[in-house]
This record gives sequence, structure tokens and C-alpha cells, in this order.
Amino acid sequence: MTATTTTETTGPARTGAGLEVRNLWKIFGPAADRIIGTPDAELSRADLKARTGSVVGVKDVSFDVAPGEVFVVMGLSGSGKSTLVRCLTRLIEPTAGTVRIGDQDVTGCSESQLRELRRTQVSMVFQHFGLLPHKQVIDNVAYGLEVRGMGKKERRAKAGEIVDLVGLSGYEQNYPDQLSGGMQQRVGLARALAGDPQMLLFDEPFSALDPLIRRDMQNEVIRLHHEVGKTMVFITHDLAEALKLGDRIMILRDGEVVQVGTPDEVVGAPADDYVADFTSEVPRSHVLTLKWVMRDPRPDDDLDGTAMSQDTIVRKAAQAVLASDKPVRVMDGDRLVGVVDDEEILRVVVAEESPA
Amino acid sequence: MRTTPNRAGRIAALVACTALALSACGSGGGDIDAQTAENEENAASGDCGELNMAVNPWVGYEADAYVVGTVAESLGCKVNYKDLKEDVSWQGFGTGEVDVVIEDWGHPDLEKKFFAEEGDGSGMDLGPTGNTGIIGWYVPPWLAEEHPDILDYENLNEYASEFATSESGGKGQFLGADPSYVQFDEAIVSNLDLDFKVVFSGSEAASIEAFRKAEENKEWLIGYFYEPQWLFAEVPLEKVALPPYEDGCQDDPAEVACDYPETELKKIASTSWVDEGGPAVDLVKNFQWTNDDQNQVAEYIAGEGMDPKAAAEKWIEENQDKVDAWMG
Amino acid sequence: MTTRAPAPSKEAQPDAPERDGLPRWVPVLAILVGWIALWALLRGQDTLALAGRERTDVMRWLGDFRDGVIASRSTNPVVAFTNGVGEVIRSVFGWLQELVSVPAFPRPVPQVGWLGVTALAAWVGLAVAGVRMALLVAATFVSFGVLGFWEEGIDLLLVTGLSVGVVVLLGLPLAVAMGTSPRARAVITPVLDAMQTMPTFVYLLPIVLFFGIGVSGAVVCTLIYALPPLIRIGGHGIRSVSPTAIEATDSTGQTRWQRLVKVQLPMARKTLVVGLNQSTMAALSMAIIASYVDGPGLGEPVLSALIRNDVGSSLVPGLLIVLTAIMLDRTTTAASQRAESAARGVGLRGRQRQVVLAVTGVVALVCVYLSRTYFSLAQFPDTGWGPRLSEALGSLTDAVVGFLSAPAEVFKNAVSYGLLNPLQNLLADSPWWLAAGAITLIALALGGVRAVVSTVLCLAGILFFGLWNDTMLTLTMVLVATLLVMAIAVVVGVWMARRPRVDLLLRPLLDAGQTIPAFCYLIPVLALFDPTRFTAIFAAVVYAAPPAIKLVADGVKAVPETTLEASRSTGTNAWQEITQVQLPIARGSLVLAANQGLLYVLAMIVIGGLVGAGALGYDVVLGFARSEEWGLGAAAGITIVLLGIMLDRIAQAAAARQGVSKRQSLLARARGGTRRAA
Repeated sequence: MTATTTTETTGPARTGAGLEVRNLWKIFGPAADRIIGTPDAELSRADLKARTGSVVGVKDVSFDVAPGEVFVVMGLSGSGKSTLVRCLTRLIEPTAGTVRIGDQDVTGCSESQLRELRRTQVSMVFQHFGLLPHKQVIDNVAYGLEVRGMGKKERRAKAGEIVDLVGLSGYEQNYPDQLSGGMQQRVGLARALAGDPQMLLFDEPFSALDPLIRRDMQNEVIRLHHEVGKTMVFITHDLAEALKLGDRIMILRDGEVVQVGTPDEVVGAPADDYVADFTSEVPRSHVLTLKWVMRDPRPDDDLDGTAMSQDTIVRKAAQAVLASDKPVRVMDGDRLVGVVDDEEILRVVVAEESPA
Repeated sequence: MRTTPNRAGRIAALVACTALALSACGSGGGDIDAQTAENEENAASGDCGELNMAVNPWVGYEADAYVVGTVAESLGCKVNYKDLKEDVSWQGFGTGEVDVVIEDWGHPDLEKKFFAEEGDGSGMDLGPTGNTGIIGWYVPPWLAEEHPDILDYENLNEYASEFATSESGGKGQFLGADPSYVQFDEAIVSNLDLDFKVVFSGSEAASIEAFRKAEENKEWLIGYFYEPQWLFAEVPLEKVALPPYEDGCQDDPAEVACDYPETELKKIASTSWVDEGGPAVDLVKNFQWTNDDQNQVAEYIAGEGMDPKAAAEKWIEENQDKVDAWMG
Repeated sequence: MTTRAPAPSKEAQPDAPERDGLPRWVPVLAILVGWIALWALLRGQDTLALAGRERTDVMRWLGDFRDGVIASRSTNPVVAFTNGVGEVIRSVFGWLQELVSVPAFPRPVPQVGWLGVTALAAWVGLAVAGVRMALLVAATFVSFGVLGFWEEGIDLLLVTGLSVGVVVLLGLPLAVAMGTSPRARAVITPVLDAMQTMPTFVYLLPIVLFFGIGVSGAVVCTLIYALPPLIRIGGHGIRSVSPTAIEATDSTGQTRWQRLVKVQLPMARKTLVVGLNQSTMAALSMAIIASYVDGPGLGEPVLSALIRNDVGSSLVPGLLIVLTAIMLDRTTTAASQRAESAARGVGLRGRQRQVVLAVTGVVALVCVYLSRTYFSLAQFPDTGWGPRLSEALGSLTDAVVGFLSAPAEVFKNAVSYGLLNPLQNLLADSPWWLAAGAITLIALALGGVRAVVSTVLCLAGILFFGLWNDTMLTLTMVLVATLLVMAIAVVVGVWMARRPRVDLLLRPLLDAGQTIPAFCYLIPVLALFDPTRFTAIFAAVVYAAPPAIKLVADGVKAVPETTLEASRSTGTNAWQEITQVQLPIARGSLVLAANQGLLYVLAMIVIGGLVGAGALGYDVVLGFARSEEWGLGAAAGITIVLLGIMLDRIAQAAAARQGVSKRQSLLARARGGTRRAA
């Protein structure tokens, strides 16, 4: 299985709890817990279904998420990503493996400890919102506080702040079905934030929204991440969304991890054809950094041109590179690691114009 | 709750004041209070107690029940009429819910369960009502008139095909009755070699309607019926002679080939209620009248559509001498 | 009383039957042909017909069991407990009666007189359901008084209210269990099936033994029949709460209790109200039966008119029962819709509303006061309208009967000789193993393997209880009645769907047909058709056709206008439009209507026994009438339950293949108006 390394990322205030998942399995169907450890476990999903009638949802998945990181889990429908995220707080009971959030072993805790964890540590945002139609917006937002037993006045005051934070001021007294889809998901977001959790889980929160609203909401998440800086695990089937939001991306297929890496790693060095196919239509200049397009300096290169960090995104570097008549030096700190010239930039950009 | 206490309150106060004023004008509406006081006074006097009278679902029974009940009320008893089928009525003796079943057509099975000899002793026989129940095979009057020989069972087979209906599968139809009654007609038909099939009407209402219609439209019909029954005032059915009843000829239900016996209708009462005694117990013990008496009251109820209570009062008024005899 | 048809589903498209390769009627036809061939050879053998008074060991055992219970009643702690419960019910009811319906001794009148009661009821109607409903409530109450049935009408409402109160207390927890635990559901469902199909006559006497005569026995019997709708529909409502909402709120760390009271129950509220509404209707439908054990209410005058064969006098209280049903149905429906919008604070009329309520409330209190003071406002003055109306209705019925009797006879004979007798010959004269085998094969052809399992189990049970031949006779009538119901439903349903005016005109009649007690029209029907199987079938059709008609009408109406436009654009005429477009697309509704019609027909088996249909219905009536035959009645009752479950499972499996969801059929079954005569 893919070993993972936690890359140090830079960004806003990093708070929240880390997440550690080890050898997590979820098998649906009869005799689910008797399959792991036998040769059957090695079978493909279709073969296992044919042999035992059981379906693998999540297959031996391990990864870590650093505190404050935005970690995206990506895959097509049926890849097990929604099952995986539900296993993290045991909304679906995992078949095997361990999950740790902060310093708590989720898989080992009792029902009341689990409730406590859900109340204070981890919140979740759902694709279909899951709002309560019989409660006003303000009370939907305050629901997590209500189940903790907080008094009505206090929780409404607290929820009011969050409503402002997600931009829903003025809609507190409305009922969910009086709001548009995008606004309903803001309510879902606010509900998740209201408990001031250490970690937020998003299960394809924006796939039910239309594209313009989706973009707004993505920006909203980025903004909120800057402001409140929680650890986030974000499930999506949309690669553009994954690239836009994720510090790192994990790609799942048939319940198995295919690749884990930063956006440019995934696009620049796809682990296999599946991922390559996935990423083929991505506007590469928006994702790749100079590191992925540079070449080694040649003896005839004029090396006194502009210097740029190897982490600069191609699109941002393009103008400077094209404007410069000398190759641009690509630096890793103070060290020269390569150069880029018009040709390298154009190769990326032209490839986008006429995709293979 | 967004309210406007001021306005609502003001209007409410206004209406309340009006109400008070109105009631002051009405000065308490004397008649209810007066009757209340009168009732309280009356309650102090009478000491007859309560009489729980089962009312089984046929008109003749209603006649007995309401006549006895009305007389009991004049003695100062509180009479509760309870509309019940026979079985339930008998069950009620043990719990004190029923004191009297005023007209019983013979329930050996219930007697076994509730009389002292074999059962729990919660009920007991209080003697005959004076009415005689006649059960048998009947035809509508027009048929008896046009074919007098039909009144003998031996001639029935000649006419069997006339009685055929969609229900009788090619044979003549014999209309069986409400299942409340003991019926041996299937055995009688087969043991007398009659070419008939018994089809059960299922309820008294169905039998009555069938005989009514048969007389009205001159249709062929033969069936189980009985008197006293108020229908006789409207449609005087004619009885078909079967081999006469002899003791024991109905002992084996499968071998019955004779007519039904005449039944002495009885009064049944709760043992504990009888033991308590009182004027109502004596009244029920003494109550006795004739089939004509009962048919008269039944006719008031079913024929003239009178309320059973009113019918009873009317008969009592007209027959004060008979009533006085029961008080003896 | 409001029956909704399913929207035509994709699976119900006209080309659906070809899925299996062959249309489904082909194997059914083949089975029938084979059956008839064998029947011709073997008819009359092994029919298991019982001779007149023959009883089996099972029946004797059932009777002995009942006798044992009676014998032990003075020592049995259970009986002591149930008697106690009965005592509580009687005293609560007695108190309520003295409050509003019978003289509260020593007062010559109840504590609150008719004006006060009417005003309070109307005020409640106003508060929960609006002005129009308040008027309906007031009109209903006043008509009790005007027609001379004040006490009976109010008693009926009291019994219904008391029963529904207990239904909520017992039914809500069970609905929650049904909705949250699949295991509980598996256990409860067959019990509910039995509770709803077991004829009341079978358990009426034992219940009275345990709980006492009068209102206590009546309430308990009513409970048995009225509980299932709330449990079924409520459980279904709880089960179908959006799983996303549950998951989302689970993720906030709620406890199970919090999930139940803050999420599941509020979100299922609408469905719970539908269930409650249906339970109320069911409770009301027991009015007549309850009066067999001295249960108070409007059933009593209906029965006492019946024993005098007085049609007019039974129709008046019967129509009041219809009015009461309509009032309760419309007000509870309106109340639930209103509560929905009120919870949302729709409109700024909140203030105005409170003022209105306060003022009218005071007026109602004034009325209460007046009705305690003035005799004529306490006891409804005798108007004499009731008897006059009965007389008019009586002569109207006579006229109608006279007018119809000739064609009725022709129709009766046509159906009896043309349809009933041949089918009965086939079913009842076949050897039992041939009939059972053929029924099982038909179940297989219509409903697949799952239907077969239920069918075989039920047939085995029927065989065990020893009334095979009677069951076949009853089945014959049930099938013929269902056929007639469907014929009527298709013709009238399509007519209603195509002519809104007809729809408007017929709906109230259908409501009345469904709620008027069968006992009210037994006599005229008997006058038309004599005591025959056809009379029973006719009564069943009167009861079962309305829900089936509504289902068909709603289904045909749900055919998309665009589809009709498209077909008209190709130049179809009306007949082609109906047969080629509307009926095929509404097929899901037709199947559902047939299933519902079947169950409603079954509910009338016992009534059939009262009007000359014989078979299982008569067995039940006999068991009720004569204590020594109780074992027979109980065996017949259980057989009816088994027959009902069997037909229901076959129909459901067949419907599922037609793409009618279980949910639709459940709701339709529950809503179609749950009334059963006996």
C-alpha cells in the first residue's frame, strides 16, 4: 500500500487535530469480518463479490493528515470515498483497522466517547445537506450545540455568530426549504462549524450545486480555512475541486489507494494510467510548478536571467518567462535546479489547447 | 407568541361583561335548578335499587323488556337497558352487569355453563313468561291459499322445482334462519327425503325481508320461522306440518326427522340479584302474559314505529289489570 | 377517504409485460385450462365439505379453550387486571358522558348542554382547522340534535375519542419500534395483518369477558381494529425519514433518544397525522359492532331499526355516522395542514388570529354558561325532523326498490348463473389438492417465488382449520366481487378522470358509500336480491368500489398531459385514447385498485354471512350467535385471516412486478378508508 509522507505545507494559522488512519477496511455483506487476512482479501472487488457475496468498500487504507491540512480524497463514484469518510467517525462501522483523531483512538472508543468526539472534535458536511426541515436556519445551525445540552439562548447566540461567518445573516428565521441549494449548504457548513470542532469532514458537499455556486462555495471554504484553520478532509469526485482546495490529494479506486500527493505531484507524475487518464484534461499550467517543466541547464544557456522558485505555478511564471529573452533560472532555495525557456512553457500551454 | 394582550383582553372583558349581564337577566334559568332539586328529593325516597335488563335483539324481546322495565320504574327502580346478544347477556350474570334476561328461547349450552347444576351458578331460571314459542316451517299466506296441500310436508317434493333459486343448485330452496336459533332443517330435509337444499338467510332481518317480499310478489318461499314474532301481524305465515314432535326425536341432531317442539319461553336472572331480593325481583318472578299481549306491543314497536318505551307505556295503560296482577 | 393514486411509474409503461418474454396471462390461462380438464374428471371427489353439523377436532379444541378461559375467570389474575382496566374505561367514560351527553344526576341535563358543547367544539375546530371546518363541526353537532340523536352522536364521538386516545398511547411507541427496528417490524407486521382481517365477531365475546360489557368492551374491540393504521403508517413515516438528515445529525453526536424526538418524530409528523386520521376512521367504523355489546353511540339506533326491518330509521343514524366520519376526516386533515403552515408563522395574521380566538373563546364560554342555565339550550328541543326524515327515506327506498326490482333480478341471475355458479363449481367441486395446486401455480405465475411461499403456508393453514370447502365458496364470491369492483372502477374511474364535473359530483357519494355502515342498506339490498350470494357480493361492491374508483380516477388523471397531446396529434379518437394511452399508463393504479378492492371485499365476508351468502361469513356469524359453535366461528375467522393474507401477498407480489411500490400500496390501503363491517 502506498506509504505516505506528511509534507510540510505553508499557509494560514494551522490548528486542529491530526488524523492517522492505519489499515482501514470496510467490507459489506455476509461474513465480512472473516475475509480479512485470508487469500480472498487479495481478490479484486468483482471476484470477491462473486466468491463470497461481500463487497469491499474500503480496502486496507492508510494515511495521515497533519493538523490544519486540507486533505482531499478523490475518486469516481463507487470508489469507496464516501464510505471511507464515514468510517472516520464510525457513522459506518469499519471492519478492521484503526483511526486516530488527535490523541484519541476512534476505533477503540465506547459509544459515549464516540458521541463526545462527534460533539466536540469532528463535524461533517454532507452532499445532500441533511438539514432538518422542521427547524429554522438558526436552530439547524445550533443543532450540534442543542444535543450537547446547551441552553437555547446561549446556543442561538453562538449560532448567530456562525451564521454571520458563512454569510447567511438575515436568513436566521427561514426554513431550509425556503433557501436555495447553495444557501442550504452554507447552513450545513455553519452547523458543522458551530461546535468549534478540531476537524471538518466534507462529503462531496458541492456536487449537488450548480457550477457558479459551487465556485463560490469553494472560495468560501478557502476563506474559512484561512480564517479558522481547521483540519479538513474533503471528499470529491471533481479533480478541479481537489486541485483547487487540497494541500494533498489521495486518489481511490475500488476502495484502494492509488496515489497520495500534492496537486502538482498528481498531475505531474501520475502513479498509473488510471490517474493519468483522470488528470489528462486538467489545465496543467494551472497546476504544475516550474519543477515539473524545467530542464537541466545547457552549457550554452545564459544563466544570469531572472530567478524563480521551483514551486512557482507555470501559469504565473509564463508571462515573465516569455517576456525574458534569457532562460529563467529555477531555484530550490539558493540552489539552481534547472531552467525554463519559452519552449518549456509553450509545451505545457499548447498541450492544453489540443489535448491528446 | 405574538399577542396583543391589550386589545384581546379588552374584547374578552367586554364579552364577559355582556355574558354576566345576560345571565343576570335570565336570573339563573329556574327550570333546570328546580328539576335538580326535585330529582334530589325523589332520589331520597325510592329504595328499589337498580335493574340491569339485557335487551336481546328482537322485537318481541324488546316488548317484554320495556314493559317489565317500565313497571319497575314506576316502583322506583333505576332500570338500565343493555343491548346485548344472548351469549353476552348470560356472561354478564357473573359480573353483575346483567340482572335479567326476560325472554329465553332455550339455550341448553348456556344453562350448562351458568346454571348451578353443571356450571358456575351465576344464573337461574325464574319461570315461564307465559309465551309459547312455536318453531317450524312456514310459507307465505298466498301460497297456502293457492296450494293448500303444500301445508303437508309429504306434498313438498311435488313443488320442489318451484322453490329453486340461483342458490339451491337445481333443488328447491329451503330458507334457513338466523344462526341464533337451533335448526335441524338440513337433517330433516335429508331424513324425509325432500328434494330441497337449505340456504341460510344468516339473519332475522334477511328472513323477514324474504317472507315479506315473497308475499308481496307472490314468490315461492319456504323457510324456518317462529312465533311470537311481529311479522305475523303484517304477514300471517302458514305453518307446514312435519311429522309431529315426540320426546327424544331431536336428541341426535343427525337423525332428526320430526317437527320442532313448542318452546316455553323463560325468564333467566342473575342468582346474586335474586338473592338480594326487592320489588323488582318479585315483579320479574310474577311477570306473565300471552302471545297476543306480546304481539300487541311488538306491533306498536315494529308496525307503528313507536319507541319501545312509549309502546310499553301505552300497553300498560290499556292493560292495567294485568299489570296489577304482577305486583300482587 | 382520500385515496391517492401512484404517479405512473416508468416500469408501468405499456411495453412492460414483455419483460418476461410472455405476457403473464398466458401461463395463467394455461393453468386454468389444465385445471378445468382435471376438474371434469375428478369433480366432487375430496372436496372436504363438512356435513351440516360436523365439527373438526381443531374447532372443538378452540371451543374448549374458550370455555377454559371462562371457567377460570374468577381466579385468573389477567382477568382481574383486565376487569380493572375495563372499570377505569367505564368510569372515565361515565364522567365524560355526564359532562356532555347524559343527565348528570341530580341535574335533569348534562353538565354542559348542547349549545355549550357545540360552541366549544366549533371553537376547537376554528382554532385548529379554520372557519370552514368550524362551520362543518357546528353543522354536524346541530344535526345530531335536530334529528334527535344528540346523546348517541356525542357518545359516538366520546367512544371514538377515547379509543383514539388509547391508540396514540399504545400505537406511537409501537410505530417507533416498527420504524426503527427491522426485527420489531418483522414481528409486528403479521400481527397487524391478523388484527385487521380477523372478523370482530370472533373476538367480540372473549373481549367482553375480559373487559366487561358496554363501553369498556367496545373501546377494546375498537382498539384492536384501529391500532394497525397508526402503527403501520407511522412506522412507515419514521422509516422513510431522510437518511441524510439522520446521518447528518448523528454526526453531531446525538443520542438515540435525541435522534428520535428531535429528528425522526418531527420529520415523520405528516405521515403520523395521516396514520392518526386513518385510525380515527377505523375507530368510527366499529360503531355498529360495538353496539352488539351495549357500546354506546349511533350504532345502537341502526341496529334497533334493523331488527324492525325499518330502513328509514336505520338510514338516519347511518347518515349521521357518515357525516361524523366526513367531519373528523376533513377537520383532522385541515388541522394537520394548518399546523404545518402555522409552525412556519405564515402570514402576519398571528395577532388577528389570537384576537379572534380570544373573542370567540369567550363567546363559546358564554354559550357554555347559557347551556347550563336554560333548559332548551341544554337539552335539544324535539324537532320531530328525525322521524319525518326516516319516513321520507323509507318511502324513497321503497320507491327505488320497486323501480329496480325487475332489472335487479335479471342482473342477479345473469351474474349468478353466468359467473358465480361455474366458478364455484370449479373451486369448490375440485378435489382439494387440485384446487390448492392450481392456486399455487397461479400465485407463481402472477407473483413469483415469494408469493408461492406465502400461498403454500396459508393454504396449509386453511386446510388445518378444516373449512376448506367453505373457503373455496368464499373465495369464489371474493373473486367475482373483485371482478365487478374492477369493472365498475375502470368505467367510472375513467369517466371521472375525463370529466372533472363528474368527479366533483361523485366524490361525496363515494365517501358516503365507503363510510355508511352496511347494516343500513342490508334491508333494501335484501329486498332487491333476496338472501343470496349475490346480495353479499353487492354489499361488498358498494363498500369496495369507492376506493378502487378513486384509485383508478387519480391514476388516469396522473397521465401527463403532454402524452395525451402527443397521442391526439396522431389523430386518436376517445376510445383509442382511453385504451391505448390512459389505461396502459395508469396500469400501476389499476393493479393497486385491484389489490385494494380485493382486501375491501374480504372485509365484507361476514356481512355476506348475514344476508344469505353462507360459507365462512355464516360460520363466523354462527360462532358469534351460539356459544357452542364458537370454535367453528374462531376457525372460520382464522381462515379468513389466512385467506386475506394469501390474497394480499399474491397481489402485492404481482403489483411489485408491475412497478407499484410497497409504499404506494401501503398508503393507499391505509387511506382508502379503513372501515369494516364486522
